Amino acid sequence: MKVELSVNGESRSADVEPRKTLLDCLREDFGLTGSHTGCEHGVCGACTVLLDGEPARSCLMFAVQADGYEITTIEGIAPAPGELSVIQDAFCEMHGLQCGYCTPGMVLTATALLRDNPQPTRQDIVEAISGNICRCTGYGQIVEAIALAAQRLALANAPKNVPKTGQR
Amino acid sequence: MSTTPRRLRYVSANRRVREDRRFVAGMGQFAADVRTANTLHVALVPSPHPAARIVAIDASAAMALPGIRYVLTGEELAAATDQLMNGLDTPQVQRYPLAIKQARYVGEWVAAVVADTRALAEDGAELVDVSYEPLPFVIDPEEALKPDAPIVHAPHGSNVLLDRTFVWGEVERDFAESPKHLSFRVVWGRSSTVPIETFGITAAWDPWRELLDVWASIQMPKYADQIARAMRLPANAVRVHQDVDVGGSYGVKRGIKHTILCGYLARRIGRPVRLIEDRFENMRAGDAHGPDRIFDVSLSFNTDGIIKSMKMRALDNAGAYAGRAPFQLGKPIGAIVGPYKIQSVEYRAQSVTTNKAVQEAVRGFGQSPTNYAIESAIDKVAAALGLDRIEVRRRNFIRKEEFPYLIPSGTRYDSGDYHTVAAKVLDHVGYTALQAERDRLRQSGLLAGIGIAACLEPSGGNSSFEPLLNPKNTTSTWMEACRIHVDALGDIVTTVNTTSSGQGHETLVSTVIGEILEIDPDRIRVLRPDSLESMPSNSPVGSRMAIMLGGAAFHAAQKLKQKLIAIAAHHFGLSEDAVDYANGGVAAAAGDRRLTWLDLVNIAHRNWHLLPQGFEPGLETNHVYQVPTGGTLPTPDGRVQMYPCHSFEFHVVLLAIDPDLGLPHIKRYAIGHDCGTVINPHIVKGMTLGGIAHGIGAALFEEFVYDDQGQMITQTFMDYLLPSSLEVPEIEIVHHCTPSPFTVLGQKGSGESGYLGAPAAISSAVNDALAPLGIAVAKLPIRIAALGDAIAAARQSSKS
Repeated sequence: MKVELSVNGESRSADVEPRKTLLDCLREDFGLTGSHTGCEHGVCGACTVLLDGEPARSCLMFAVQADGYEITTIEGIAPAPGELSVIQDAFCEMHGLQCGYCTPGMVLTATALLRDNPQPTRQDIVEAISGNICRCTGYGQIVEAIALAAQRLALANAPKNVPKTGQR
Repeated sequence: MSTTPRRLRYVSANRRVREDRRFVAGMGQFAADVRTANTLHVALVPSPHPAARIVAIDASAAMALPGIRYVLTGEELAAATDQLMNGLDTPQVQRYPLAIKQARYVGEWVAAVVADTRALAEDGAELVDVSYEPLPFVIDPEEALKPDAPIVHAPHGSNVLLDRTFVWGEVERDFAESPKHLSFRVVWGRSSTVPIETFGITAAWDPWRELLDVWASIQMPKYADQIARAMRLPANAVRVHQDVDVGGSYGVKRGIKHTILCGYLARRIGRPVRLIEDRFENMRAGDAHGPDRIFDVSLSFNTDGIIKSMKMRALDNAGAYAGRAPFQLGKPIGAIVGPYKIQSVEYRAQSVTTNKAVQEAVRGFGQSPTNYAIESAIDKVAAALGLDRIEVRRRNFIRKEEFPYLIPSGTRYDSGDYHTVAAKVLDHVGYTALQAERDRLRQSGLLAGIGIAACLEPSGGNSSFEPLLNPKNTTSTWMEACRIHVDALGDIVTTVNTTSSGQGHETLVSTVIGEILEIDPDRIRVLRPDSLESMPSNSPVGSRMAIMLGGAAFHAAQKLKQKLIAIAAHHFGLSEDAVDYANGGVAAAAGDRRLTWLDLVNIAHRNWHLLPQGFEPGLETNHVYQVPTGGTLPTPDGRVQMYPCHSFEFHVVLLAIDPDLGLPHIKRYAIGHDCGTVINPHIVKGMTLGGIAHGIGAALFEEFVYDDQGQMITQTFMDYLLPSSLEVPEIEIVHHCTPSPFTVLGQKGSGESGYLGAPAAISSAVNDALAPLGIAVAKLPIRIAALGDAIAAARQSSKS
């Protein structure tokens, strides 16, 4: 089946089996390997992408269902090659990662959180990332990174990287 | 030993971790991200039985499906390869990637289907028709020891892989002379590190170059050697690409069976072959489960709480094949008395086969379960004597002036200051106030308890448990290496000769070299050569890389610095002790003559006429570093120096349990941590926090549970529960630094920190909370349902 998807602001097309997940399509057909395969049953969050700005599990959705959404993957977060977003930079500053496998999902989840809630409490951050499992860090430095990013974004009054789009 | 620089500039500084940039951008290169042309995909046919004879395999329906390229059986694979490495001397316990004639656990691979896509391979796997004749099976390790038990490997003659009793010191005399004794049993349930990335591999065979290329999510010593041996290839025909990023491992990423399977198929079919486990395959047949252990412990002690002697029996359920499980009973021998002055020990290590999945190395390599048993013992001594748990620990701690301290089993602990670390943590939490808070929680209707655990993290990875448990193994060399190359423009390239799974080795090696050469570590490029271009390595196991890669980098950098000094001294016509090295340049001690870094590079690369006699052109140094204190084989009575360094941790936990739900909630978690000189504080902090989270999982949530039919019933993340951010509290770390005298910068290991004491600490807290009900738990994990039931039963019986 031919699908035409809007990914990171570009229109991409692929010929996929109906049973192919959005995750496999992004990785195999579009070469966007920053979205990772963890459990393929919707628990770990390694495959998180943003659909119309909202975090979603790309392993639980077929590629053919993603037609019409604006899909943002981790590859769409850095403002330019070699240049990090404020949130990505804060993850580096606090070492909010180790192996890097859950990290794209964490960064995308944090991006959506800080867009909607620019001044989150610690509990807000903990709840926001509770659907993303990390086995390396114990979450401490991830929470610190997101809090730091919130602080920096507030100080900079910078425009957010992800456009807020309406519900379908 | 070389001297350390006077003032540390980059080591211990809060510098960024250089690996992080690529990962936050989604630009890591994991095994599943590797793309090779013309690649085929594998799916596995699993055994549905815990034990069964394989009567016939009919692949005709699968082969008839378009896109299916091959179906491989165990018989074909075994004829073409040698068995997988077996660490113990148990030649009749043979293991191949695919079952041969008999399946020995649920999920064991019986056949492999190769197809154009993974989805097609899975379709094909469903069509492979295997006829089985179910056989008797055994799941429980104590049942497996009985004379009439089904034997997992009949040619071996029994289920016993290892049964060895060590006696270090005058155990019987110490027991006879002590006024007090107690005995108990605790059980460590089977869990693992369960990385979010499953194991993945692509293998490609080039028949014209006779070269096997391997890209894998691997963390294993001598991986390329093991591939070569099993595939009957020369070692120089196996090229492992070590620049593949590994998405978490913590010990378990050792997919040798996956590798031999794909390597064989790639050669057989003539196309690259790829196997990326799905979660289901990973959980039940990735052969990556951790220790599964029953401890029976007896102690003899004085009325003042001084422990005189310990007898420990550890019975471990290895699963269906030998794997690394027996050795995970061996490593804890190097810290068998924990941080305590117990003068004699009897240790019986028993490893048995059952029809469960195979074990692999898990963070701590058996030390965390042992620490749980030791710490349970200390709490019980305190309770038996009516003494404070912390006071009993203080009375038994080795004192800082007693280091290096020789324990009965032959290891000399390097250094420590346990009393000070404990005091700092108790002061930090305000222990009296913490007790008051516990009592306030109790008055509010909750069950509340404080948990204490003190333990060691042996580090450095001198794996002398191998010769200890297998006398045919005489390995005493456990090296790590580093190469430094300075190019003709003066820029530096260095190497890490193994894979990484999040430990920040690139940051480690560049920080240490930068420190010695007094140049910015960010100017150093770190490469990971493939295995054919690499220097010797034993990979990141046993919390060893800060010590071992740090040590190799330190010495390689010292050699480079020495070369620069020699070039400059020759240039100035001075002796080497009449010049000073600073910031990459060398100056005459007297006068104002100075050669900059670029001047020296220029001489080395371009001015042969200015080089001292005997110098080779260019600027390059290597160092292969043997593990400190290593190099000796065990004595006949089973004493050996195990790891060189011993980090210390002291945990204090406040936990409350809702008595109606049995739901534990960690209210406060503090840890005192002493791993000597810290090379990168961010990395050490992350490992400690992550280790505690992992320990919380092992203590409360995570278990591979088998039912009485031998089926594994926790096969997804909805049954095997991983702690989320909601279950892991904010953790307070109290630092202390007691440098190791045995390492180049005083560093010790930290890769297993937190995990080694957290399960013991949480168990201690739960039991303190349950004490008013007169009940206790003696098995990990402490599942919410079991806890709720136990509390309800205790309340019921107190009413009646």
